[in-house]
Amino acid sequence: MLGLNNKDTKFLLIVIALTLFTPILLQPFPEGSAMAQFNAGYPDLMQRFAIFGIFAIGFNILFGLTGYLSFGHAAFLGVGSYSAVWMFKLLSMNIIPAIILAVIVSGIFALAIGFISLRRSGIYFSILTLAFAQMSFNLAYSVLTPITNGETGLQLTLKDPRILDGAGEITSLPVTNIFGLAMNSSTQIELFGRLFTFNVGYYVTAVIAILAFYLSLRIFRSPFGMMLRAVKSNQQRMNYTGLNSRPYTLAAFVISGMYAGLAGGLLASMDPLAGAERMQWTASGEVVIMTILGGAGTLMGPVLGAGFIKYLENIFSKINENVLHSWFSWLPDGLADPLVWLFARFTGEGWTLTLGLMFMLVVIFLPGGLMEGGQRIGRLLRRKKDGPESKDPEHHPKQTPHVAE
Amino acid sequence: MGILEVKNVGKRFGGLQALGDVNLSVQENSLHAIIGPNGAGKSTLLNCLVGKLIPDTGSVMFDGQSVLGRKPHEINQMGISRVFQTPEIFGDLTVFENVMIPCFAKRDGAFRLHAFETVAREKDIVEKAEHILDDVNMLDKRHMNAASLSRGDKRRLEMAMCLVQDPRLLLLDEPTAGMSRADTNNTIELLKEIKQKRDITMAIIEHDMHVVFSLAERITVLAQGTPLVEDTPENIKGHPKVQEAYLGQAHG
Repeated sequence: MLGLNNKDTKFLLIVIALTLFTPILLQPFPEGSAMAQFNAGYPDLMQRFAIFGIFAIGFNILFGLTGYLSFGHAAFLGVGSYSAVWMFKLLSMNIIPAIILAVIVSGIFALAIGFISLRRSGIYFSILTLAFAQMSFNLAYSVLTPITNGETGLQLTLKDPRILDGAGEITSLPVTNIFGLAMNSSTQIELFGRLFTFNVGYYVTAVIAILAFYLSLRIFRSPFGMMLRAVKSNQQRMNYTGLNSRPYTLAAFVISGMYAGLAGGLLASMDPLAGAERMQWTASGEVVIMTILGGAGTLMGPVLGAGFIKYLENIFSKINENVLHSWFSWLPDGLADPLVWLFARFTGEGWTLTLGLMFMLVVIFLPGGLMEGGQRIGRLLRRKKDGPESKDPEHHPKQTPHVAE
Repeated sequence: MGILEVKNVGKRFGGLQALGDVNLSVQENSLHAIIGPNGAGKSTLLNCLVGKLIPDTGSVMFDGQSVLGRKPHEINQMGISRVFQTPEIFGDLTVFENVMIPCFAKRDGAFRLHAFETVAREKDIVEKAEHILDDVNMLDKRHMNAASLSRGDKRRLEMAMCLVQDPRLLLLDEPTAGMSRADTNNTIELLKEIKQKRDITMAIIEHDMHVVFSLAERITVLAQGTPLVEDTPENIKGHPKVQEAYLGQAHG
C-alpha cells in the first residue's frame, strides 16, 4: 500500500493510530486524582509533541542518514515562524498559505547555508552551521528589527492589512484557522472520570506530522536514502564509484531545513508570534539531543526523543517542592525534608538535570538511543519465550560494534 | 594507441620529485602491471589517473579524452574503476546494498533525487546485483553487514562493486598487500577468472613479484619516479636494470 511493503504499511498504520488516539492515550489518570498532574493530554503540549516530532524527523534525515551534525537547525525553525506570522499579518489567518511560505523560505535559507557549510565535513561543518544560526539569531534580534520586531518578537496587531480576510474594523486579535475552523477550538468529553480534549490545532499538526513521517519513511527506503547512508559510511568509496556526494548531502540538508521550517510555521500557526529566541543555539542543541536520545538513524527514535523531552519540560517541571512535600508527608519530618530537598534538585526547575543524566546514561549504555533499549527488551522477551535452546552462540553472531575497532 | 595514454607526467611534492617524466601506454584488453620498489612513485601515478592528484606536467588521456582536472566521480563515470590497497567498502551497509550502489551510479549518473522510488522495486538493479554476487560466490552473505566480512571477502566485494559497473579500465592498487599466501593465490585466480570472462583492461600496481609474473601480460618497471623498462614478463625477469632497481646493484 502507498508504495510500502507489508511490514512498513503495518508500521505506518500503528503510527497513525497512536497519533490519532493521543488525546486519549495521554490522559490515563482520572481527573482530580493525585496522578492527574502526569496527564499530558492537553492541546498545547500535544501540539508540541507533533511539531517537535516533525522537527526531529527532518533533522534525522540529515544527521541520522548522512552523519552530518548540524548545530544550526533552529535557524530554519525561526525563519519558518517569521514567514508564517508575516503571512498572517499580510494575507490571511488561514494557516495553509502561512505553512507553504514557511517551508519555501526555510528551504531557500537551507540551500544558501548548506551550499557554504557543506564545503567542509565533520566538526568544521558543525561549527559553520552553528555560526550561521547565531548570525541569523543576531540578525533577527537586532539588525533586522523592521522585519522581525527585535526583542519583542513579531506579533499580530489590530492594524494588520490582511488582504484576504482583514476587511472591516476589528476590536480583538483574530485567531488562526483552517478554512474557518479555529485552531484553538476544542471539544471536551468526560468518560470514566477522565477528561479528554480533542483540539483542532492538535489534529491539524497530527495529520501533517503523519504525512511528514510517511515522507521520511519513503526516503529511508529509497535509493536516495541508501546514497545518504553511503555518504555516512564511506565518502571516498562513494566518489570513486561515480557518485557525487555533494548534491546528495545538500539535498538532505535542504529537505531537513524544510522540515524545520514546517515545524516553525506550525508553531506560529498554533500561537501566532515569532521571537528570535526560537533561533538560539540552545534550540538547535535541543533537536540534536532529541534525535540522539531517541536513536539517530531510526525512523521512530527522533519522534520518541522529541516527546520524551517535551514531556520532561512540561510535566516534570511542574513537580515543585510543594508537590514533593505532599508526596512525602507520610514520612517523619526528619526524613521527609532531606528527601524533598534531594528530589527537588531533579524535578521542577531542575528537570534539565534529569534530562542531562538521562542523556548521559543513554549515550553510554544505549548508543542506539531509546529505540535500541526497546529492541533489547524485545529481544530479551523473545529469547525467554523461545526457551534455552536458542541460546546457542552459533545462532547469535557477535553484534557489529558501533565504533570501528 | 592504447586505451590509457600517459605522456610526460611529472609530479613534485615540495622538494621531492615523486614522478619524473612518466610515459605509459596501456593497451585495450591487456593486463598491465606497474612494479617498482618502495617510493618509486607507483601510488602517486595511480592517484594522478583517478583524479585524486593533478600532475604538474604532462597529459593523461583515457580513450582519447583527457582526465586531468576531472573529479574522481567524473573519471569513474568515464569508465575507470579503482580497487584500493585496503578494501574500501560501505561498512555500515549490507553486502547487497554495497553492490546495488554502483549499479545505481552506472544507471542514474553522479546524482539523482530518486527519493520516491523504493530500492526493493528496482528490478533491473536487484537482478544485476544478485548476478554479480553469484559471480563472486557471495550470494549467501548478501544480508551480512559488510564490515563484518573477512578481509578476503571484503576484497571480493570491492572487486564485485567495481565489476558490476562494467568498467573499461580497472585499476588495482596492490590488491594482495598484507594477504596470506592462500588469500593471495585466491586473488590471483579471481583476477584471472575476471580477465577470461570479460573484455576488460586492467592496470595493476604491485609489489609482489609472484602476483605480477602470474598475471601480467606487460610490465612497466618504475624506479625513482621514472619508468626504467616496459616489456613482457619473460624479458623483465632477467633484465639487469630491474635487478639493479630491486637489489640495489647488479648481481655478480
